[in-house]
Amino acid sequence: MSAGNGSGSGAGSAGNGHQATLRLRLRIWRQAGPDEPGAFLDVDAHDIPEDCSFLEMLDIVNERLIEHDVEPITFAHDCREGICGTCGVMINGRPHGPEKATATCQLHMRKFRDGDQIVIEPFRAASFPVVKDLMVDRRAFDRIIESGGFISAPTGTAPDANEIPVPKDVADFAMDAAACIGCGACVAACPNSAAQLFTAAKLGHLNVLPQGQPERWRRAEAMVETMESFFGSCTNHGECTEACPKEISLDFIAVLNRDYLKAKVKNRRLASQA
Amino acid sequence: MSVVLDAKVPDGPIAEKWDNHKFSVKLVNPANKRRFKILVVGTGLAGASAAASLAELGYEVEAFTFHDSPRRAHSIAAQGGINAAKNYRNDGDSVYRLFYDTVKGGDYRSREANVYRLADVSLNIIDQCAAQGVPFAREYGGLLANRSFGGAQVSRTFYARGQTGQQLLLGAYQAMAAQIAAGGVTLNNRADVLDIVVKDGEACGIIVRDLLTGEVRAHSGHAVVLATGGYGNVYYLSTNAMNCNVTAAWRAHRRGATFANPCYTQIHPTCIPASDEFQSKLTLMSESLRNDGRIWVPRNMDESRAAADVPGADRYYFLEEKYPAFGNLVPRDVASRNAKTVVDQGLGVGPLRNGVYLDFADVIARDGESVVREKYGNLFDMYERITGEDPYRSPMRIYPATHYTMGGLWVDYNLMTNVPGLYALGECNFSDHGANRLGASALMQGLADGYFVLPYTIGDYLAPKLGSAPVPVDDPAFTAAVAEVDDRTRGWLAVRGTRSVDYYHRELGKIVWEYCGMARNRTGLEKALTEIPALREEFRANVKVLGSADTTNQSLEQVNRVDDFMEMAELKVRDALHREESCGGHFREEHQTPEGEALRDDENFAYVAAWDWQGPDRPQELVKEPLEFENVKLTQRSYK
Repeated sequence: MSAGNGSGSGAGSAGNGHQATLRLRLRIWRQAGPDEPGAFLDVDAHDIPEDCSFLEMLDIVNERLIEHDVEPITFAHDCREGICGTCGVMINGRPHGPEKATATCQLHMRKFRDGDQIVIEPFRAASFPVVKDLMVDRRAFDRIIESGGFISAPTGTAPDANEIPVPKDVADFAMDAAACIGCGACVAACPNSAAQLFTAAKLGHLNVLPQGQPERWRRAEAMVETMESFFGSCTNHGECTEACPKEISLDFIAVLNRDYLKAKVKNRRLASQA
Repeated sequence: MSVVLDAKVPDGPIAEKWDNHKFSVKLVNPANKRRFKILVVGTGLAGASAAASLAELGYEVEAFTFHDSPRRAHSIAAQGGINAAKNYRNDGDSVYRLFYDTVKGGDYRSREANVYRLADVSLNIIDQCAAQGVPFAREYGGLLANRSFGGAQVSRTFYARGQTGQQLLLGAYQAMAAQIAAGGVTLNNRADVLDIVVKDGEACGIIVRDLLTGEVRAHSGHAVVLATGGYGNVYYLSTNAMNCNVTAAWRAHRRGATFANPCYTQIHPTCIPASDEFQSKLTLMSESLRNDGRIWVPRNMDESRAAADVPGADRYYFLEEKYPAFGNLVPRDVASRNAKTVVDQGLGVGPLRNGVYLDFADVIARDGESVVREKYGNLFDMYERITGEDPYRSPMRIYPATHYTMGGLWVDYNLMTNVPGLYALGECNFSDHGANRLGASALMQGLADGYFVLPYTIGDYLAPKLGSAPVPVDDPAFTAAVAEVDDRTRGWLAVRGTRSVDYYHRELGKIVWEYCGMARNRTGLEKALTEIPALREEFRANVKVLGSADTTNQSLEQVNRVDDFMEMAELKVRDALHREESCGGHFREEHQTPEGEALRDDENFAYVAAWDWQGPDRPQELVKEPLEFENVKLTQRSYK
């Protein structure tokens, strides 16, 4: 369908004749609910300012759909500055689209050319069921964190913050891992829908810190096994790190593998001593 | 029946109030805590830390977020850092100094006792977060690093790169996740809280709409805790996340909780200006850029040369000229107002002439590009990603944007609103920042309230209720509220108007920004008071919401929120109109010094303005809580 001419809409004419605009052929996935069949909607999106973000482009499309009494496209989004991890769609087959280290909300339309076709789909993974249109349910990630992605330190029990020094390189390594925003692009990029990079980012953050040592082996075993109950297995494709908007390194998956293997031995030994 | 506000500030010298209070409040026996159910709304820093801490104590906690995961809360976007009076730098910091700086920074419109407690527990917050594994920046010896922030004269800010809010939120989220696994917290996600239920004068529950199925249901508890953030999105364009809203706080207000100081809003000077009409939000660039960037506009409004080709004589470095001592480092409100002045004079830069330059050419020439890249590389990259311009070659363009709201639900020293059993934490309350918040203090306050204040004070309310069951959800108070929410929500689908929810939100934002933004005056505010109700009326009669109420429907989520913003905006403007002085983020053009600085009126306005709901057809009534300053000396700020 045509997305209308935009005139007369509140967001319609910006009155900036000098601003460069694009005309795009969009194929957008529409699906009314988790158990409904889905299909692509073709949209002729014209007069898209190239300075607007990808999600603002979808806002414009939605405004025009509403004008034509078509229900707007549902997509998850919130902070629109690349940190909350809420947004994320497949853009021409790639999670978050063509620009490296960039979440969907930070992708801008100037990265596309006039006349481009853009195929927009939800993240595809069995453990991320579609809620509606482009929105998926990523609650399986929370289950992984709940199984052990924390350091038990009930409020009020902490020693002085400088009591436990953390070598700078260790703190930096932990921060590199902790930068994960939990968007799920790693799962969507993986041919196996594995969640190794997400899980490894949390293990890499907590398991290297001195504060994380008491629960290290329990954490590794519990998180990996919870992960495996939801997601596929890792076969070292490395697509995850390529798609990651925070460029979380594959090295953390090595940490995960090492700690999980050690944990299986250590936890068994500890159990036999009990 | 006017409301009387009792702040319940404990007796004694300021440094002993909190200790005395902790001793005098009633306690709930550890074995009895599980017999109390507490509903926590919002899972950002304040909500998640409260939910985790209360569950650790043994209370039965139910937490609610409209997000798919608690980790999405907007606390996550805070960049700069968190203050704590640790004095690790040996530079003269102390609890008393942090307290003093915060009261002064708030332009003497906050409650002394609350602020002192905030400074006091700031020490525990850093300990707590380090123990949770928050990856704070470290020195080579392994000890914590600090930086000076927002013009403070001591280095008391702890940080985790430019993602301090993210890391603190993940710490609180993980503490809550541990309690979810242990059964202490039940999490309801994609649960939009649309009403607060009050029975016999006490808060007893909430009404929630499931954002996946549209089901409206009641939840009952012994106490309700709101940690639902600020109202910055009343301006439509702000640095807030798109879904931040005032709804839970506003609905509490309509149920009797007074709303305090709604006119206090913080405008952040260094944001990327809007690029077009479709702009959905504004992005903050760290304030640290002002340490090295020079702010200017062309002197001539017909200037057509590229920035780099404009010779020095034709550049107007307005902050450096007006404030030789502080220059580009004047406080946020002063920097913001001056940018507005030059843009209003027609000197703005950029395609829409809606910004000022923040120029790094001098520092690049002096220190070299590599030094600048090391300091600000990630910010420069972010700027380039958004604007497509390279700030190493041409100056950045910046303009102020709404960033934080100091006003909120009125609370007493226990963080309880004037509705017994209803608490407000974090940005959602009004208590600690006065008329202006200092940098790196929002994270501190959210975590102070959740980790270290509420867990102590809530027992005082609960203890006498031992043995009483929560009000059952089939009580008429609940069933009526469920029906009301359901009717209101479904009602929007029946309007079948011609314009979208976003259209009306944008129009509202334009009015509030124009007349109740960085600078306000009587004429403009009065104009807003006629325009807002007219817009609200049109909105209610002509908004177009498509789809169904029984599935995910984002327009339907937004329409309730925009409706509440429409009412809230009017109160905000009335508050701004009544406050005949300038203080902090509230600048009334009629009240300024000959140099153009904010002019307070301590004699007549040293009070908290709390507004009491009188029903939909009558304006709120003003209730005053006088502010007494026993420790801090009131002075006029000067940055010349």
